[in-house]
Amino acid sequence: MSDQTALKLTPLNATHRESGAKMVDFGGWDMPVNYGSQIEEHHTVRTGCGLFDVSHMLPLDIKGAQVRAFLRRLVANNVDKLQVPGKALYSCMLNEAGGVIDDLIIYFMDESWFRLVVNAGTAEKDLAWMEKMNTEWDMGLTLTPRRDLAMIAIQGPNATQALNEALPGVDSITANLKPFNAAAMGEMFIARTGYTGEDGYEVMVLAKSAPYFWKALVEAGGKPIGLGARDTLRLEAGMNLYGQDMDDTTSPLESGLSWTVDMKTERDFVGRAALEKSEITQQLVGLLLLDKGVLRGHQKVITKHGAGEITSGSFSPTLQQSIALARIPLGIAPGEEVEVEIRDKKLKAKVVKYPFVRNGKALI
Amino acid sequence: MNIPADLKYTPSHEWVRIEADGTLTVGITHHAQDLLGDMVFIEGPAVGRALSKGEECAVVESVKAASDVYAPVSGEVIAANGDVESSPEQVNKDAYAAWLFKIKPADAGEVATLLDATAYEKLVVADAH
Repeated sequence: MSDQTALKLTPLNATHRESGAKMVDFGGWDMPVNYGSQIEEHHTVRTGCGLFDVSHMLPLDIKGAQVRAFLRRLVANNVDKLQVPGKALYSCMLNEAGGVIDDLIIYFMDESWFRLVVNAGTAEKDLAWMEKMNTEWDMGLTLTPRRDLAMIAIQGPNATQALNEALPGVDSITANLKPFNAAAMGEMFIARTGYTGEDGYEVMVLAKSAPYFWKALVEAGGKPIGLGARDTLRLEAGMNLYGQDMDDTTSPLESGLSWTVDMKTERDFVGRAALEKSEITQQLVGLLLLDKGVLRGHQKVITKHGAGEITSGSFSPTLQQSIALARIPLGIAPGEEVEVEIRDKKLKAKVVKYPFVRNGKALI
Repeated sequence: MNIPADLKYTPSHEWVRIEADGTLTVGITHHAQDLLGDMVFIEGPAVGRALSKGEECAVVESVKAASDVYAPVSGEVIAANGDVESSPEQVNKDAYAAWLFKIKPADAGEVATLLDATAYEKLVVADAH
């Protein structure tokens, strides 16, 4: 067991402990892995409304006259797609070699203010990189980590109903908020985004208000969901996890993220030159295990064009079968069979297009 | 803590029931299933397989992780629980009813070295700190 005193706590830590959560060390954060059964929590999000404490992730405000110009160079997706306040964009931030420093969401607030949300485990590295670029490019921006904000994800078909009930007056916002858009309500910031493949929201709220807001959401029918179910939900939804499906050493073009890399415009961004010179030999695909067992990260995949590796694997509670994301050689198409080495056996798996599940429905 | 006094235990979190005929029934403890979470896959040893004490002989997998189950003593596998293999969640419901396999022990001396409930509880408590 790690040293509990060294773990970082979110503003909802006491709330989780009071509700009997099983807490784990998640990259230095003391976080709930489940509140009982991970599989039940998974189904709750697919059929009802789940609440996630995602306050370990870091909101970061970047302000200054040159913020748009900065982000044009900093990230692989094109921030010029963001023209309406509240609009969100998913992007990778690359290093010069074209590897992924982090994946993040960028919100357009106004022409001198963009808000980013970055992963917990990479937050310090990201911030250091951005400050370095800010100085190197002489952009004169201020970067403010917003640890004074908590973040709660409300996900599932009943998410809107629960949020409307928990937060009087928000219905005028939720009624018109399209996916991947956000709106401010007083001190709160309400985004129609998520990491589950369901409709829902990610709400930023002042840390001191978070326990009250959480309690109101529970009273409105939201059920607390741990990081365990968060992982199976995002895997079924075919969403990459930083550190598993991509990292500093992998190209976004071999990580299923080509759709987020904008090379149509002349825009020069960090990593572009390396990506243009690179030879793409691998692809990220979905796998469905045909034999009995459970696919896990780092298991070897054997294909007719050579070996690959599972990047994320688990049991899919919706499909009642094991699924995975895997990086394998190009030229293997959906429908083809491959083998996965699990312990001393070679098990059969089928290559499939992902996502596996969207809006409560199996797509496989 | 759910550690029945009439069972024996191993430091690797197997429980062992010594049957009247001297055979052993083996499963994983309540504490072990609690650490692993929702079970989704179980593969027991083949009947007839000769096991050495401490040998990996079964696999239990939860949504979260895979874990090996070790032979508590040397002996021959005389039964594996197909029921539990087809519905692994039984281990979460009642770890002491959901046995995994049965062994005919090769050496009574090894059986005598298994932990009793008090010793196992101490070990679990020590693990948690």
